[in-house]
Amino acid sequence: MAKRMDSRQKETLKKVLRYLKPYRLFLVLSLVLAAVTVAGTLTVPLLTGQAVDLIVEKGKVDFAGIFRILVQMGIVIGITAAAQWIMNLCNNKMTYHIVRDIRNEAFSKMQILPLKYMDGHAHGDIVSRIIADVDQFADGLLMGFTQLFTGVITILGTLLFMLSVNAGITCVVVLITPISFFVAGFIARRTYKMFRLQSQTRGEQTALVEEMIGNQKVVQAFSQEEEAMKKFDDINERLQKYSIQAIFFSSITNPATRFVNSLVYAGVGITGAFAAIYGLLSVGQLSCFLSYANQYTKPFNEISGVITELQNAIACAGRVFDLIEEKAQIPDDGDAEELTDVKGKVSMEHVYFSYEPDKKLIEDFNLEVKPGQRIAIVGPTGCGKTTMINLLMRFYDADSGKIRIDDKDIYKVTRKSLRSSFGMVLQETWIKSGTVLENISMGKPDASREEVIEAAKATHAHSFIKRLPQGYDTVLSEDGESLSQGQKQLLCITRVMLSRPSMLILDEATSSIDTRTELKIQRAFDRLMEGRTSFIVAHRLSTIREADVILVMKDGKVIEQGNHETLMRQNGFYTRLYNSQFAE
Amino acid sequence: MRKLLVYLKDYKKETVLAPLFKLLEASFELFVPLVMAAIIDVGIAEGNKSYIVRMGLVLVGLALVGLVCSITAQFFAAKAAVGFATGLRHALFSHIQSLSFSEMDKVGVSTLITRMTSDINQTQSGVNLVLRLFLRSPFIVVGAMVMAFTVDVKAALIFVVTIPLLSLVVFGIMWITMPMYKKVQANLDKVLLITRENLTGVRVIRAFHKEKDETIRFRESNEELTELQKFVGRISGLMNPVTYVIVNGAVIVLIYTGAIRVEMGVLTQGAVVALVNYMSQILVELVKLANLIINVTKAIACGNRIQSVFEMKSSLEIGQEKSTQRESAQKELVQEKSAQKEIRQKESVQIPDEYAVRFQHVCLTYQGADEEALTDIDFAVKKGQTIGIIGGTGSGKSSLVHLIPRFYDATGGNVWINGRNVKDYPLQELRKKVGMVPQKAVLFQGSIEENLRWGNKDASVEELWEALRISQAEEFVRKLPEGLGHRVEQGGKNLSGGQRQRLTIARALVRKPEILILDDSASALDFATDARLRAAIRSIAYNPTVFIVSQRTSSVRHADCILVMDDGNLAGMGTHEELLASCPVYQEIYESQFKKEEK
Repeated sequence: MAKRMDSRQKETLKKVLRYLKPYRLFLVLSLVLAAVTVAGTLTVPLLTGQAVDLIVEKGKVDFAGIFRILVQMGIVIGITAAAQWIMNLCNNKMTYHIVRDIRNEAFSKMQILPLKYMDGHAHGDIVSRIIADVDQFADGLLMGFTQLFTGVITILGTLLFMLSVNAGITCVVVLITPISFFVAGFIARRTYKMFRLQSQTRGEQTALVEEMIGNQKVVQAFSQEEEAMKKFDDINERLQKYSIQAIFFSSITNPATRFVNSLVYAGVGITGAFAAIYGLLSVGQLSCFLSYANQYTKPFNEISGVITELQNAIACAGRVFDLIEEKAQIPDDGDAEELTDVKGKVSMEHVYFSYEPDKKLIEDFNLEVKPGQRIAIVGPTGCGKTTMINLLMRFYDADSGKIRIDDKDIYKVTRKSLRSSFGMVLQETWIKSGTVLENISMGKPDASREEVIEAAKATHAHSFIKRLPQGYDTVLSEDGESLSQGQKQLLCITRVMLSRPSMLILDEATSSIDTRTELKIQRAFDRLMEGRTSFIVAHRLSTIREADVILVMKDGKVIEQGNHETLMRQNGFYTRLYNSQFAE
Repeated sequence: MRKLLVYLKDYKKETVLAPLFKLLEASFELFVPLVMAAIIDVGIAEGNKSYIVRMGLVLVGLALVGLVCSITAQFFAAKAAVGFATGLRHALFSHIQSLSFSEMDKVGVSTLITRMTSDINQTQSGVNLVLRLFLRSPFIVVGAMVMAFTVDVKAALIFVVTIPLLSLVVFGIMWITMPMYKKVQANLDKVLLITRENLTGVRVIRAFHKEKDETIRFRESNEELTELQKFVGRISGLMNPVTYVIVNGAVIVLIYTGAIRVEMGVLTQGAVVALVNYMSQILVELVKLANLIINVTKAIACGNRIQSVFEMKSSLEIGQEKSTQRESAQKELVQEKSAQKEIRQKESVQIPDEYAVRFQHVCLTYQGADEEALTDIDFAVKKGQTIGIIGGTGSGKSSLVHLIPRFYDATGGNVWINGRNVKDYPLQELRKKVGMVPQKAVLFQGSIEENLRWGNKDASVEELWEALRISQAEEFVRKLPEGLGHRVEQGGKNLSGGQRQRLTIARALVRKPEILILDDSASALDFATDARLRAAIRSIAYNPTVFIVSQRTSSVRHADCILVMDDGNLAGMGTHEELLASCPVYQEIYESQFKKEEK
């Protein structure tokens, strides 16, 4: 089976060993202790056998000898148990520490990955790599590793012990045992197909359940409950059929291997008894053999399972490593400047950018923004308005061309200083789990409570925060579930208000906010924009018309540029857009 | 969980037979050490080879019978467990379908989906395991002890001490660690939360250059998890060594006692070997039992969660019963004691009531909410009128229209359709009158035609095209290569937002509803299409009553009457011009959208 490991798996295994390195002492200790444990477990039946041999019949019982053997047994048992416990502790420590290390590294990596990776991968997928895959890896790899190791030692050890007692009977054991291995493999191959059918049907059913229950309001509105039930039952019946087969066939494995073990047991019993008659074997040795026969077959049954688990674990590890080894964003230049005292002059010269090489987006784009100007970015939904934000904040790097702030190339200043010169409010509000105060002071951790409250007052957020159960100390759950969309937006604006950046990037909410709150937000925005260079992804007519420059985007490209009057005069896409959205 | 067991009732035979066969297998297993003892004491001691072969064959026979019994048991167990899960799934799906919107809102869709899928799967394997092993393991433990007693009572007393001691250790460790594993899970959830948060908030975190702080936060929580895991691991790691010591300690005592008993002439050498074998059988089974208990506990937890869904009853049904009493109490508006025939007669012969929809002091408080979502809403709509409903998010627009097809029950006041209280209609009949176009444009897997026929199974193809024409979807559907046969993927992913919206409108139109409700369902349409759509709806021959919910004043300004909603209250009612003159909330909305233009 080990041969089946392809080069990728080997590669992954090597990396795993790298993580093991700091714990190599524990690994060695664990392996030694495993050997001790196995040796101990194998010695006990041997001693038991010897003791049994001293109890022949009435008058033929050697108490002194038995006592000596029993004391030995006691010592061996004690050592074995202790070795086993310490081995468990070692494995525990290794497992959990490696898991911790990998998780830490993966998370740290996440912080320096280019946004392209995050945008291009489903978040659930990344989370499952860091959480579930690492768990699987830990369970499978390290447990599997030790099981495999002890399994192999047990097999070898038992063989040795058995050979030392009697070669003939050992042959019986060795010859019959592989059958169970073979039987298990045979059944596993047969059941694989059933399991696949089962999981396919299960997937089909889950899809239907998600669709029907997820949209139950529509189902009920159109009284389609019975139809849905019919479809569901149809899949359910098929699932029943496949499940019974899958479960039944897979559950044959255990009885079948148990049967083979029983055969081994019977074989040892018969040959052993014959040998005993000829005086080649004592009764104690026979009892010892019988318990070896049991121990010898067990790892065989387990090993096939362990190998699948190992392969699974390696696959999981591979997925985490893929994340860890993903190319990080280009680090700041060593001599990168700090951007300080930003006036707010922004220029873009001959900027080219695309998310995918073969899909050109922004080509030869030029823009000149004077300090304090307002730039509105408009266009139909999904036209790539966030691309501008991505470039300015250096979430993505332009393919070529220059972007300058206060005449400094943004690729030659530190990301930190660049980003902190912008205040950003996105439409998709993001609230971190923590208190309101913590959320607001994100941009300025050393802000006093008074400063925070002052900022909240300036953005009209104070009144609703005050009404929360614990005011500024109210703990918000992930994504601020307990707040309305508008309230979340106000919190995010307050966050920016507090950090007092030189420039702004604002993403206006489309429609999901009620009029009252929207007015508040508008006022908060106006307050923020006073004297600051602002880039606004705009939906509101007033914002657009008051802007100094309007960038009209379509299909990811900037197609028109100018202020409202000039653009209207051009009678192009902007004019059409304007007329369709705002006039009647 | 116990109540769920009724779904096993169709599998009574299997449920009884599976453990029974398992017990048979176990009893055969228990004979093995005895046979071995016989081989030693009779076969070897007397040098009787044929006896040894005979006994050897007995061993093989026992194994064979064991195999047959075991496979039979597995088959029955699989059949019963899967049958149980299938029945349960059917019942749960059907129950969930009967739940009203209130309950759905309360539980949440994702929870219900988990109950339907992974929870049921867990209970299925739980049932399977219980049928196979729950009797077997204790049986072997007790059986081994009983067998030991048949061999020698005095030596068997060692078993009497060992078994409780072993159980104490195994279950004691489980009892201590199980709640701790829950804590581990909680900690893992925290690590997961931070990870997810950092993904969704990556732009904000980088904008505020919080990468380092977040990494520290993650590390702290990760360290906490690791420490806890190690602690639990240390305790559960005791299980194997301690049980090992106990069992082998017992073996030592057993051998010594055996030696004394043999010296006394009460026991044979083979009997001692048999006793030792029984002891090791017990250890194996106890460990299995511990694993089993962990799995069964999980399954029971899942089962209880499923049960709690079953215990949820649709609040609407209760409303229906009560309504008859309420009705008799309120006579002013009740024209008839709602015999269905009477109604139909009236509908066809003459107009029973000039109002198609009437809200009478309606209030609505959602389950679990502190505040009213709707407060004292009172208005009446004549047949064929077009009503616009406008207001901000959370102002109660959707709540209001949801009361018409009785998705929710009003918690105060009454809703009347064609002069009859909605609570007195059979639900199906009521909903047939209403064509609802929800905010979220939801389509289902299947062809466009299948989707449209949700509105009316028996609609002709011409009627389908007519609906598409009105909803402004005709053009794009005609352009599709397969036309009406075009397959819609799950969630309608292969259609644009606007296309989906127009199809959902067509779906509602196919049923030719008396009342058509557009719940903010033109948001993805550009203005021109929106206008054409409204014009087409106005021209529908059978002249339905139309409700248009919108945030845009442009969508509602031509309605016969506009209801202005503000924080659950009806802030104004009238035509565009009237409201512009008299309703401050309406003015505010209008101005925020058209401010600059009016200047």
